[in-house]
Amino acid sequence: MGCGTSVAIENQGRPSEVDVSARLPSPALTMKAAILIQRWYRRYVARLEMRRRYTWNIFQSIEYAGEQDQLQLSSFFSFMLDNFTQLNGNGPDLISHLLDSAVDPVVDEVRQSKYEQIVVPESYSGPRLSFPLSVTDTNVLLSAFKEQQTLHAKYVLQLLHETQKFLKQMPNVIYLSSSYAKEITICGDLHGRLDDLLLIFYKNGLPSAENPYIFNGDFVDRGKKSIEIIIILFAFLLLYPDHMHLNRGNHEDHIMNLRYGFTKEVMQKYKTHGREILQLLQDVFSLLPIATIIDNKVLIVHGGISDKTDLEFLASVERQKVKSALRLPKCSLDHSEVRTSSRSSSRKSGRVRLNSPCSAGRMSHKKKKCRLTKQNSSSSSSSSSSTSSVATPRRPPPSPRLPSPTEMLQVPFLDSIVSLALPEPPREELEWRQIVDVLWSDPKIQNGCSPNSFRGGGCYFGPDVTQNLLKKHGLCLLIRSHECKQEGYELCHNGQVITIFSASNYYEEGSNRGAYIKLGPELIPRFFQYQVSRSTRKLTLQQRVSVAESSALKALQEKLFTHRSELMAFFQQYDINNTGRISINEWAQVLDTVLRLDLPWRTLRPRLVRLASDGNVEYESCFENISAGQPLPQVTPNFAETLYRYRTDLEIIFNIIDKDHSGQISIEEFRQTWKLFSAHLGVDVDDQAIVDMARNIDFNKDGSIDFNEFLEAFRVVHKLDMKEQQQG
Amino acid sequence: MAEERALAGVSEVQKKIRSAFDVFDHEQNQTVDVREIGTIIRSLGRFPTEAELHDVIAEIEEEEPAGFIRFEKFLPTMSRILMENKLRPVPEDLLLQAFEVLDQQKKGHLDPEELSRYLTQEGDPFSQEEMEEMLSAALDPEKNLIFYRDFVSMMTADEPW
Repeated sequence: MGCGTSVAIENQGRPSEVDVSARLPSPALTMKAAILIQRWYRRYVARLEMRRRYTWNIFQSIEYAGEQDQLQLSSFFSFMLDNFTQLNGNGPDLISHLLDSAVDPVVDEVRQSKYEQIVVPESYSGPRLSFPLSVTDTNVLLSAFKEQQTLHAKYVLQLLHETQKFLKQMPNVIYLSSSYAKEITICGDLHGRLDDLLLIFYKNGLPSAENPYIFNGDFVDRGKKSIEIIIILFAFLLLYPDHMHLNRGNHEDHIMNLRYGFTKEVMQKYKTHGREILQLLQDVFSLLPIATIIDNKVLIVHGGISDKTDLEFLASVERQKVKSALRLPKCSLDHSEVRTSSRSSSRKSGRVRLNSPCSAGRMSHKKKKCRLTKQNSSSSSSSSSSTSSVATPRRPPPSPRLPSPTEMLQVPFLDSIVSLALPEPPREELEWRQIVDVLWSDPKIQNGCSPNSFRGGGCYFGPDVTQNLLKKHGLCLLIRSHECKQEGYELCHNGQVITIFSASNYYEEGSNRGAYIKLGPELIPRFFQYQVSRSTRKLTLQQRVSVAESSALKALQEKLFTHRSELMAFFQQYDINNTGRISINEWAQVLDTVLRLDLPWRTLRPRLVRLASDGNVEYESCFENISAGQPLPQVTPNFAETLYRYRTDLEIIFNIIDKDHSGQISIEEFRQTWKLFSAHLGVDVDDQAIVDMARNIDFNKDGSIDFNEFLEAFRVVHKLDMKEQQQG
Repeated sequence: MAEERALAGVSEVQKKIRSAFDVFDHEQNQTVDVREIGTIIRSLGRFPTEAELHDVIAEIEEEEPAGFIRFEKFLPTMSRILMENKLRPVPEDLLLQAFEVLDQQKKGHLDPEELSRYLTQEGDPFSQEEMEEMLSAALDPEKNLIFYRDFVSMMTADEPW
């Protein structure tokens, strides 16, 4: 109870609802004040949540758009393999590299003796392993990796070889029982983040007979320590075969690795034996079990399920045949390369896709925006399958010249043409789909099962699908990973599905926590969260959101930059009077059409582009903050943009060509590659322009290009960052 | 002319609503989880109380509440709210005054216990989680006090929408 007069003096006489001579505000007033603060605060949190959410959308859109580009690349490889036996003369030896490198003619024993012959030099100061492994070895590995050391290729190969032998005896589905005393720890995606794995071991203890672990896939890609992670995981696997279990994830896939960094990491750390290691890894990855079941009650898989998932069938498939989700079994390429017809066929099929045939038959499409008329709408004739608009840049890739099955099945009947159902796909394809579903699917809120167009593979499965599967097999819980969650874990489907994700700060510093589950014999999950942090200062929610948002917006601005010419062309079509402005509506529509990222452009607008005083958008302002990294001599803007856009793909291809890992390829190889790839993409490129550019990059004038330097030239720069750096 | 502009205005509002809705429409099938409706409405610049929010949800829910809201039901209701300026924003200066009301001794700060007491017991009470979250943003960790003037500035900082 304060003194009334002192209150009056201190009060500056601001207009206020408070009766300044009162000693206490009335209860009514207090309540009013509280309500006001609560309303404001909830509004503030809602705005933060909105920003957090669209930041998330941006990251995920770009991530999955990247995965769909990956489809592009793999369809390029497929196309090459299926249609070219040999390129002319001096062409790059892409084919022999791509020609099912999984099929290594070298027999296991021969391979073994090959790496046994590798000599580890005396000067090597890294960890040495002795087989069969003991606790000493795993401890040595952990310390060594903490000290940033690299394991010598000889030991890597030996470890992989032993792992391969071991995994061969494992079934597709592993049945475990939780015994009375032990809890099983279940971890989700790690994606090359060694710090997270070490933090888990620190908090939860190392794997052992008393401390069993299950790692639910996606050990590699994106993070920089993928090889260290799998070395550790495989070492523990061999050491404690009954207490350490690994499920395959969708990134345990050599084509995904080409794109998402694992292949590059291995090539960089292992210059001499990298290729061998990667080849062996292909086998090892495909031998990883697909699912783990605890006490016949808890099913653990990396992605999820579909309405076609059948555990008995899954148990019987030959899993090691499915080396990559992105390489369809060859015969099904013939089957499903269906020429789309204007009549709906009994099974909706378009280009070669990863989609599982789902019984519901209802496909959730990515929203089809109305296409601007001037654009070459070659894909407009395709059926409403969600494939075409996203995966194809300009035109569908050339299809193999084989008679399409539907042509054979188009039977004239009276006045109409009857489409008969396509024949049952071969077993190989069914097996492939079972595995892809389990590795790629995501849960959704509503009932039903629809193709996962966002990812390009697997399904969205609803609570009813979960319910049915669990019931069918007498299970009570599905634990899966595959999706990053802000708190590291999330429940859905009335608690019947748990997503567990163990890579903290996945998108950006502060973006999310990691988590793991501990499950005892009563099968009630306990969750443990953590976050690796470089800075000791704890970030508030606002700060975390801002950091992540800034990063997402930069990624989005890069996208804008690499499509600048196309965007400007469309903007200018709307801007008839050349005012530099178009309506918000028009702006959003152009972005949607060109970028094909399904993002809420109007909500994002304030962050991307300026508004003029008349409420219209100054469209050029969205390119203001970003520019080319280096001035590119004699390169037309169009060409440059294309190079920026496909930078990652080119990197992959160059790495494949560069057999001896010298970092150099010949100008001719460069030219041929680019020609092929751009032909496949339907991009028009002037041959002379390529040659000129290549000659420019050939600094030594010796006919070869250092392609890493070349690729470095195609990095974008964020001007605001540069300014900060200059000032700081 | 005015009518055209008015119509165009309506359509702009609708698109704005659509865009905000889309952020939460994870499966791109024109539905959002009902628990996100409050966030969407607030991010469109409205200040519902909890009671008002419940009323809105009751109006747009499915006959058999299924945990999600469809856009086709949300749009007309939300359009009306915006066009008729319902659930009006509260002016910023009143927010500062609200804190000053609670700060009986006019110290310029509040301690976390008293603020928690008010906000978790009065009005539209905060959940424990909400209170903790607010404190983590508002509390000066060294002095263990809430300097509400700074906090109000942060909460009312210019938002581009």
